[in-house]
Amino acid sequence: MYGNDFSAPDGAPDEAPGGLLGEVEAAEAELRAAAARGRRGGPAPDEDLAAYFAEVVDAEQKIEPRDWMPDAYRRTLIRQIAQHAHSEIIGMQPEGNWISRAPSLKRKAILLAKVQDEAGHGLYLYAAAETLGISRDELVQLLLDGRQKYSSIFNYPTLSWADVGAIGWLVDGAAIVNQVPLCRCSYGPYARAMIRVCKEESFHQRQGYEILHTLAHGTPEQQAMAQEAVDRWWYPSLAMFGPPDGDSTHSAQSMAWKIKRFSNDDLRQRFVDMCVQQAEILGLRIPDADLRWNEERQAYDYTQPDYDELMQVISGNGPCNRERMAHRRAAHADGSWVREAAAAYAAKRAGQKETVAA
Amino acid sequence: MNGPFDFTLALADDALVAAQRLAEWTTRAPEMEEDIALANIALDQLGAARLLLSYAGELEGAGRDEDALAYLRDDREFRNALLVELPNGDFAVTMAKLFFLAAYQLPLYTALAACADERLAAIGAKARKESAYHLDHGALWVKRLGDGTEESHRRMQAAVDHVWPYTHELFAADPAAPVDPATLRPAFVEVVGPVLAEATLTQPDSAWAPAGGRAGVHTEHLAYVLAEMQVLHRAHPGANW
Repeated sequence: MYGNDFSAPDGAPDEAPGGLLGEVEAAEAELRAAAARGRRGGPAPDEDLAAYFAEVVDAEQKIEPRDWMPDAYRRTLIRQIAQHAHSEIIGMQPEGNWISRAPSLKRKAILLAKVQDEAGHGLYLYAAAETLGISRDELVQLLLDGRQKYSSIFNYPTLSWADVGAIGWLVDGAAIVNQVPLCRCSYGPYARAMIRVCKEESFHQRQGYEILHTLAHGTPEQQAMAQEAVDRWWYPSLAMFGPPDGDSTHSAQSMAWKIKRFSNDDLRQRFVDMCVQQAEILGLRIPDADLRWNEERQAYDYTQPDYDELMQVISGNGPCNRERMAHRRAAHADGSWVREAAAAYAAKRAGQKETVAA
Repeated sequence: MNGPFDFTLALADDALVAAQRLAEWTTRAPEMEEDIALANIALDQLGAARLLLSYAGELEGAGRDEDALAYLRDDREFRNALLVELPNGDFAVTMAKLFFLAAYQLPLYTALAACADERLAAIGAKARKESAYHLDHGALWVKRLGDGTEESHRRMQAAVDHVWPYTHELFAADPAAPVDPATLRPAFVEVVGPVLAEATLTQPDSAWAPAGGRAGVHTEHLAYVLAEMQVLHRAHPGANW
């Protein structure tokens, strides 16, 4: 793998935050165990398919592409996996913005490799969505038409080099907290894709932490750059967990289907608790005057993100929504003659082979 | 050129500027797989550049490391061939640049792997495997675009016509160098001719041979590439990253 040539500073998370990589490994072991113990046989001819589906899910077995599944389950998964894939692809833009200006060749290599990994994640996620009976081309078109979303966090700009560190530490950190439970998702192809994605994301998170650590222990200008980035990215990162539980439209059904395992607010709390200690080691301040340990809850009290702002960004009015979409549409449109040429060339080759065979 | 320092620096700068240009494609490639492939090639070039720059710094003996050489030299001190600094243009221009560069770098690194300088030989041995992949990738696209649609053929021919004159500089004789670039031309011709023919493209017949990069006299484009690449590093003198 490229770009791994740095050593972690003191206090760096030596794996994914809060032992989350351990959970990914546990999910992987669980997946293997579920496969080994085998699933009950297929449904009997007169068996109720919905009851059969529920039984498989309740037994913590995986639903596989050829299994019967409720239409709503299929639609929910397509929406969620596609949104995740789109997020990886759009998410390349804010960090890609700093590749050309990375301040050392080592950082340039690490960042380029990271953005490349995101393209790779996009590809496996599109492949996982394709197992549900929709093509990547259709999904890409839904993104370009604005009919499917991507994570709102990528509608914020990267204004300094420290933003690359803040995205790694906070945005990738929040993504991991969100995604680790998805490694145990009831849909097999998604669970397997998430295991792979989470392992790489934990690596990215550590790289971001390391960038901030270096800046926070650097010149006064670098320290200020790091703090300013954390100030801007903290609340949008908290908003990545979605609306508060009371307002979350998809949560209850997804929990019942074991697509989702924890509520938005539970995951947000977990993220806050994980970040506080890491911020102390970094020597950076979390921009929340009301952040304090609550002995009774055994968790930090914290200020909620601005959910009105989140709704604005989701509805298209974040600082960069228009630019991110325009960029993706332009890349797609500019590449159309190349894709057409590749298809025409392949068709000619296939034609030649047939002629030779005849 | 003069001695192994200049030679090493020239190779390093070719790779570094090529990496910087290829990385500009990130998030813009015609398909997702190609975004990944171009990033891979950029990473290979960047990796070779880092090894070569570090070694050049050692040969110089003035305490300059890879970042001092990459970020603190001005355009007149860069020794890359003009070909790599040309703007990316459309995908056909980028593929023409990639294909011609790889068709030069593969025999170069192969020869370097057998040269007397152990450090350069080790770098050559590593980089030639990567160049072989770059050459395959570039050749495949030259063929696809050349023999694809009418539009892609027109664009690919225009790209070849545009980039071709800049290939001559790559083979300027330097008998004192660890590998004399003039000796690499037959291998280049042997690879390039058949690919262009298969791609239904015409090999240009232009006598124009722009040069100057090896002496630090560049096109207007390089200073912009460097301004962007170096801006942050230079804004914080002495900082660690």
